[in-house]
Amino acid sequence: MSEPIITVENLSKCYRIGHLPAQGDGLRHVLENSLRAPQHWLKRRREKRESATEEFWALKDVSFEIKRGEVVGIIGRNGAGKSTLLKIMSRITEPTSGRIAIEGRVASLLEVGTGFHAELTGRENIFLNGAILGMSKAEITRKFDEIVAFSEVEKFLDTPVKRYSSGMYVRLAFAVAAHLEPEVLIVDEVLAVGDAAFQKKCIGKMQDVSKGGRTVIFVSHNMQAVVALCETAVWLQGGKVLATGAAKNLVGKYLSQPAGDGLEPALPLAAKPRTGTGTARFTKLTVGEQGTGDPASGQITTGGSLRIDLEIAARQPVREANVAVTIYDVNNYRLIDVNTALNGEFLSLQPGGLARVSFVIGELLLKPGRYIIELWLGRAGMEDVDFVREAGGFEVLADVAKANHSETFPGIYQCRFSHQISR
Amino acid sequence: MGQRLIIEAGRTERQYWRDLWRYRELFYFLAWRDFLVRYKQTAAGVLWSLIRPVLTMLALMIVVKFGRLSTGGVAGPLFIFAAMLPWQFFSTALSESGSSLITNANLVSKIYFPRLVVPASSIIVCFADFLISAAFLVVLMVYYRFAPPPQVVALPLMLLMALGASFGAGLWIAALMVKYRDFRFIVPFVVQFGVYASPVILKTSVVPEKWGLRFIYSLNPMVGVIDGFRWCLLGGENTIYWPGFAASLLVVVGLVFTGIWYFRKTERTFADMI
Repeated sequence: MSEPIITVENLSKCYRIGHLPAQGDGLRHVLENSLRAPQHWLKRRREKRESATEEFWALKDVSFEIKRGEVVGIIGRNGAGKSTLLKIMSRITEPTSGRIAIEGRVASLLEVGTGFHAELTGRENIFLNGAILGMSKAEITRKFDEIVAFSEVEKFLDTPVKRYSSGMYVRLAFAVAAHLEPEVLIVDEVLAVGDAAFQKKCIGKMQDVSKGGRTVIFVSHNMQAVVALCETAVWLQGGKVLATGAAKNLVGKYLSQPAGDGLEPALPLAAKPRTGTGTARFTKLTVGEQGTGDPASGQITTGGSLRIDLEIAARQPVREANVAVTIYDVNNYRLIDVNTALNGEFLSLQPGGLARVSFVIGELLLKPGRYIIELWLGRAGMEDVDFVREAGGFEVLADVAKANHSETFPGIYQCRFSHQISR
Repeated sequence: MGQRLIIEAGRTERQYWRDLWRYRELFYFLAWRDFLVRYKQTAAGVLWSLIRPVLTMLALMIVVKFGRLSTGGVAGPLFIFAAMLPWQFFSTALSESGSSLITNANLVSKIYFPRLVVPASSIIVCFADFLISAAFLVVLMVYYRFAPPPQVVALPLMLLMALGASFGAGLWIAALMVKYRDFRFIVPFVVQFGVYASPVILKTSVVPEKWGLRFIYSLNPMVGVIDGFRWCLLGGENTIYWPGFAASLLVVVGLVFTGIWYFRKTERTFADMI
């Protein structure tokens, strides 16, 4: 049980970002350059030097080992290199340097339903997807009933998958991959879709897989799933291994780490990607705890009151619009939706007008961690005036003064409760 | 427990050909998928693989009639269709396999399998169309009460040559198109122009033999293939100019080997590039 099944040594992967004329992807550049042969070599050499600054190391000197039968979670923020690592492990792309040694067959499930064809029926897709994942026809035929039973789509087997709900689609896709029986199963973010019952089933299946002596590598932003499934974890940050160890400890550290230290720079609200007619826009967003010193701290203690201040500037008249604030957790689960319409009030503005709207959400009993704020201005079912998906975020900190126990348990709602023990 | 897998930069995978063998059923499944999907939601269905070449043949027949061109001593439709058969196969196979990696980009960027499977299986689909068209040629022969000459037994060899030409050229285009999308515009042009650059309407014998012109003409691999088809199927006046045929054959062999070589060379960057 103790010999490593996967050994990753000094693995690095470099991507070239930005387009340089002489190395452009268009055929024209190549033709042009071969025509202008004399200058070509000079130019090429100069650009090679410049291109050194255009390199982006998605992974840099990554080394770790995974033992047989382990279930390992790979965690890290967006851009930490998780997907690149998985892509190299599943042989989709080559590393720039370093090596990986894997004992046995690898199957990867990097995206749900890759290779599914929308026009084909569920039955046809099982065979197609199985073949793409490396199963033989005999193998698929043997496991067909098992796959169908697991996916719970018996009734729709002869329906084209384009008519499937996204849940059915995911179930079928996962079912095929889960029955592959590889020595190493690589799973990326499949649990983000599908309902809770199915997620549970998937986790159960993956645990079965690992009990059968096989190894599972699991990447997810869903920290609860990581804790539930994995014993150990590898934490990547900026293309490097930040830490390895017991999953529970690492996830705890990961969640308590202040946000915004990743690779994503904090864009000003005005520059954030948004949709809507744009006749009015959110121009300012500050978040903090009501009654404490800094109303824009971006931090709140569990149980405190969250204060959100907004500014809206109108370029054209806005009539009877609803202002909404929605709060998501890092797994993109919608937790809270507050809006002025709920209190029976709507916002109207003249061209050039400016409005300040503030919300106070009393006694916010969210567990420590990072949360995302989405802003919406518009008229329900009629128009979106301004919609900013990730307008900002805030951090919920543990209430140290009241805590009797230092550990953070998974879950999102830190309810007030009492208990009684009788003997 | 199976084998040990090493992933390293620039490693020419020794297990590549073994993998190709292991994934042999994928050839069949991808081809099967494309064939199933191809005529979904069409009223005429598989008939389309017959309608297309027949209509093209009729159009070319008009050219032949008005230009009073020689049809090699056989009925015009037979003369044209014997050439249309390999040409249509080559042109669809070239465009289908050429764009196959792009249309399967989601597979290429998400799952490992020998990439060679993708263009190869798209050629299998075109081959199925070819068989349907071939059945129509048999109908034409029955209608014109024409019996093929004894050299018809060599037809499978000519077929192999047509396969090689499409496979080799298809691999080049597929690999190049991943990087240079320009080929999306070049291929239709080549296919259109190719009808006239290959002896589909004309006989190869109209190209003079002096200054080695005919030999040079035969460097177009489809010249050899089409001449070969006509010679096998029609015989009589439709003879083969053997030095030219040898040149075509050489070009086909060259295309296959360089195609595989270039494809293998660029294959590992496909996922990053596509």
